[in-house]
Amino acid sequence: MSARARLLMFAAAAIVIGVFYGVASAETPSFGRASHPYGDRAVAASLAHRTANVVSSVNFDIRAFDTLGEESILFGTVLGATLLLRLARDERRRPAASERVLPTTRLFGVIWLPVALVVGVYIVAHGQLSPGGGFQGGVVLATALHLGYIAADYRVLEKVRPLAVLDVADSLAAGAFTAMGLAGLAAAGAFLKNVLPLGTFNEITSGGTVPLLNAAVGVEVASGVIVLLAHFLDQAVEITGNDEPEEAR
Amino acid sequence: MNTPLVAVAIGFVTVCATIAVLTREPVRQAVVLAAMGLGLSVLFAVLQAPDVALSQLAVGTALTPLLILLTVRKVSRRSTAGSRPGAGGADRDDGTGR
Repeated sequence: MSARARLLMFAAAAIVIGVFYGVASAETPSFGRASHPYGDRAVAASLAHRTANVVSSVNFDIRAFDTLGEESILFGTVLGATLLLRLARDERRRPAASERVLPTTRLFGVIWLPVALVVGVYIVAHGQLSPGGGFQGGVVLATALHLGYIAADYRVLEKVRPLAVLDVADSLAAGAFTAMGLAGLAAAGAFLKNVLPLGTFNEITSGGTVPLLNAAVGVEVASGVIVLLAHFLDQAVEITGNDEPEEAR
Repeated sequence: MNTPLVAVAIGFVTVCATIAVLTREPVRQAVVLAAMGLGLSVLFAVLQAPDVALSQLAVGTALTPLLILLTVRKVSRRSTAGSRPGAGGADRDDGTGR
């Protein structure tokens, strides 16, 4: 296709999208308004299911099926990275050497690693009550563990991340989401229906299936991100190909 | 809502995004991307979307730049070894793999 034909095709598509987008934008509620038609309905639905964090109610109750899709994307990513970054025939794994760390850096890690882990668990556990949830808390947990690499060395990080266990935890948590959806289908006739007792508003056990789905996503994201980072770190730190210089690190 | 803060955050994000597009070197790009992620999460927080702000902070500021940096480290080690006699080939053979 010539450059001119490409430009013409782009212009035609851009005009169609531009016109429809402009017409649609004229109908949307104005920016920064106090009330919003979708927001009002979502808040009402969330309160009806006694979930204090409306965003979690949307993610894990009203539109839990969307979250299942997003969670599957992450699972697929981890699976793909595991498959592609495995040790190839022309590559060797050289165990990382232990390294010296500045005392101040070590102090930083010793103080902040437990704090970051607790923050991660808090964000996951209170997803149905306050901002945050399984996804955000899971990433905090996964990155917190890597403070061990900064404060010590790669060998310490390898000791604190049991990859075989995390692989299984990742798959189990991803499967648990679907299993809970099927339980809703069996109990109430709709996939991912919120069938559990709703509990007391603003308590940690409130919201029916929301805290359970939230916890499943938390485990899946935390273990998935650790496994994903582990494969990238292995490639950068330990695995060398035959065409790579020995002492390049 | 805090209009001046929103304006500052949008301006910062726009500037960072432009710099990220104009930067050609992946390592610098990753750093600019992290700064842009920080600006975006401030913007989301000011617009009263703390959930999205947290996700943006965790993924956009920490995870994505880290994955980019690790990839660059691996790829650049490979290409410096592959084109040892002529150093000029190193910048051009990105994307072609091994």
